[in-house]
Amino acid sequence: MAQSNNSIKKILTVAFALCIVCSVIVSTAAVGLRAKQELNQELDRKSNILDVAGLYEPGTDIEEAFKQVTARVVDLRNGDYSDKFDPQTYDSFQAAKDPAQSRTLSGEQDIAGLSRQENYSTIYLVGDADDPEQVILPVRGQGLWGLMRGYLAVRGDGNTIEGITFYSHGETPGLGGEVDNPRWKAQWDGKEIFADGESVQPDIALVKGGASDATEVDALSGASLTSKGVTNLLQFWLSPEGFGQYLARFRSGIERDAMQDTSTDTEGA
Amino acid sequence: MSAPTAKGVLLTPLFKNNPIALQILGICSALAVTSSMSVSLVMSLAVIFVTALSNFFVSLIRHHIPSSIRIIVQMTIIASLVIVVDQILKAYAYEMSKQLSVFVGLIITNCIVMGRAEGFAMTNSPGLSFLDGVGNGIGYGFILMTVGFFRELFGSGSVFGFTVLETVQNGGWYVPNGLMLLPPSAFFIIGLIIWVLRAINPEQVEENEFKMKENTQPKEAV
Repeated sequence: MAQSNNSIKKILTVAFALCIVCSVIVSTAAVGLRAKQELNQELDRKSNILDVAGLYEPGTDIEEAFKQVTARVVDLRNGDYSDKFDPQTYDSFQAAKDPAQSRTLSGEQDIAGLSRQENYSTIYLVGDADDPEQVILPVRGQGLWGLMRGYLAVRGDGNTIEGITFYSHGETPGLGGEVDNPRWKAQWDGKEIFADGESVQPDIALVKGGASDATEVDALSGASLTSKGVTNLLQFWLSPEGFGQYLARFRSGIERDAMQDTSTDTEGA
Repeated sequence: MSAPTAKGVLLTPLFKNNPIALQILGICSALAVTSSMSVSLVMSLAVIFVTALSNFFVSLIRHHIPSSIRIIVQMTIIASLVIVVDQILKAYAYEMSKQLSVFVGLIITNCIVMGRAEGFAMTNSPGLSFLDGVGNGIGYGFILMTVGFFRELFGSGSVFGFTVLETVQNGGWYVPNGLMLLPPSAFFIIGLIIWVLRAINPEQVEENEFKMKENTQPKEAV
């Protein structure tokens, strides 16, 4: 057995045959299950969006509930809707990596630790697309251990928060990981992003030792850096650098032109 | 060594020759995926599946595997099975696969799978090898579930996601033990399990490799 098995010819035959058989099995599994996997990812994304909007409960028919949600692509540089991309297929994470569709953030600007920001982002409108009940914005930023990705739901006045959720993060379980805790998330309902109608920079922040007004949220106990990360990412995405100019269209008492001046040069590469 | 029997290969890995507790293999994943019981269960099932089938296929072609490339042949079979498991989880248990993340893929590097393929399947018939794989998978799963039980109970106050001890964060009385949610706690629990198993089966206790010399007696300076 040993002699014949170790001839060059036998080694090559066995290696080749094994590779063929294994690759057929693996690719059959990958191709055969792909449709189902993509459906799962899609459902997962939709359930996160419905969850932050407060429309999701276990057992909800996700496809059915998602009919009241409209996806739109927004140009972050001027806050207008854009028809350049199909919201169903546009991937802002990919775009953020592409120099032609994103810009570099440096130093002072980059409080959320993103290093690159896309020029266009997909947002979701709940209810009537022209006069939405809620606007759901994708937000992300560095936590303690890595990038936290989530959604923020803002009511139709462009100022009151409905809810927040993080669907992907690597924070310490039991401490920073409590950003997932429904009880902690519940206190976001009704918080306000801007202290007064004329603010351009968001005031919302996580504070230690008990929130005292509408723009303050209790920080996570034992997780100062995660809390700081959440504050920073909200401060970034809600400022004119992020969705600030877009949100201004829903807010009364603020001119969008006034914002253009405070915003730094946002020309893409 | 006497010829292995079907019952023997299935049951000895459970307590007598447990892959984690006696052979100290597969510790890495036992630390990583045991923070909750449902995740431990899925991981155990995945490992049982992979170990059983990789043993079976390796044993099936054992007379044709050239000894010079046998490790890579085993790895190819194991890796293919792991990818299939990963794909199935992504399609049918998406939530679970998100929690297990890279650890499904890392079954490939789990020493238990490789160890059984090389140590058992290369010299035994496919049927027996299959059972040996199942047995070792169960032995691994048993430790995982035990560790998962203690970590979830004391770390999150629940078992299989059902609340047993109402935690302070949710308005109850139980202050969860944060250490239990972190991987190092699995070291302590596995250590205690090994202690218990060796107290029951003293023959598992290894001989000392060397003997400590007695302390030198203090002598008065002359």
